[in-house]
Amino acid sequence: MSEPGVAFEHPDVVLCPGGPMLLRGRHTVEDADGVPHETTRPVTAVCRCERSASFPWCDGTHKVLPPKLRPA
Amino acid sequence: MLTTAPTAVGDDAALALWVLHELHYRGFAGVDDGLEWEPTLLQVRGLLEADLERRLRGRWTPPQGLSFVDDALEWIDGQDGVSLARHVHRDADRDQVLDLLRVRSLYHLKESDPVSWLVPRLGVPAKAALMELQFDEYGNGDPNRLHHHLFATGMAAAGLEPSYDAHVDVVPLEVLEQNNTLSLFGLHRRLRGAALGHLAAFEATSSLPSRRMAEGLKRLDLPPEIIAYYAEHVEADAVHEQLAVRTIAAALLDEEPDLEADLWFGAFTCLDLEDRFARRMLDRWGVGEVAA
Repeated sequence: MSEPGVAFEHPDVVLCPGGPMLLRGRHTVEDADGVPHETTRPVTAVCRCERSASFPWCDGTHKVLPPKLRPA
Repeated sequence: MLTTAPTAVGDDAALALWVLHELHYRGFAGVDDGLEWEPTLLQVRGLLEADLERRLRGRWTPPQGLSFVDDALEWIDGQDGVSLARHVHRDADRDQVLDLLRVRSLYHLKESDPVSWLVPRLGVPAKAALMELQFDEYGNGDPNRLHHHLFATGMAAAGLEPSYDAHVDVVPLEVLEQNNTLSLFGLHRRLRGAALGHLAAFEATSSLPSRRMAEGLKRLDLPPEIIAYYAEHVEADAVHEQLAVRTIAAALLDEEPDLEADLWFGAFTCLDLEDRFARRMLDRWGVGEVAA
């Protein structure tokens, strides 16, 4: 139950098993070519399988990969 | 006093329930706003809703031995329904796509609104988690980015009437049932688990299909505004599906573990209704079944 005075977990970075990295807040993510990408949402999903057509953002592509190609 | 459902069946019953639900959203021009809480209408609404819920629960079998938070996304991926997005991507013609946009508008023009009913009914962590997602649906404070506004803008650019409820006369029964189910889940506090399960399945089956929709619309030279609606959902829903399961459902279950079965019921119902809708549309267009 929610107890007043008790801090809830609310991490800035969440690694989703087999899926993206969630990033809370405003950030600039630099890709492998040194190109900066600004986040625009309260929470952004950053691609970890490296196969997203919207790289560096997640587009759900990890779901169609065989399990061994998905991020840990 | 009414004690049994009106004898209307099928389309008429679904349309009646949809009209009654609309009194709780935007109402109708020329209809008294006070009818929203008119006891006889609420009674009819209750009887029609009970019938709908009974039919939905009758189609559902609870999965065994799975945890919603750990297994829902993979379970949802494994439910291979018929895919309209795949048809739009490769094969649909312009008339079919415009037909699809018209019938989808019944929900997309009030996208996320049924979910907003849930906010006051949740504990602190689940409420904050749901608002993190809903804020994005509503454009993060920018009306130009509000999702149902993006859809209306896209419809207008495609030459379709974008006003709220303009296309109710052309929607099949399955669309009315999808909308009625969202309203049923949203309006009844007791069904908050089903509503959040539905949300999880809805978001988890949006990202990749939205990419296919965007590609199909490009192939058919539809205007950039409607393509932008689907492009927005590729990235937004890749986030939302994770939030719906890992933060919202997890927070709900932390406080109310007894709602796990209803989370599954809601998720199943979302996929089941979409599969039935997709089959109906392919049939209406004279197209054979398209695999997921």
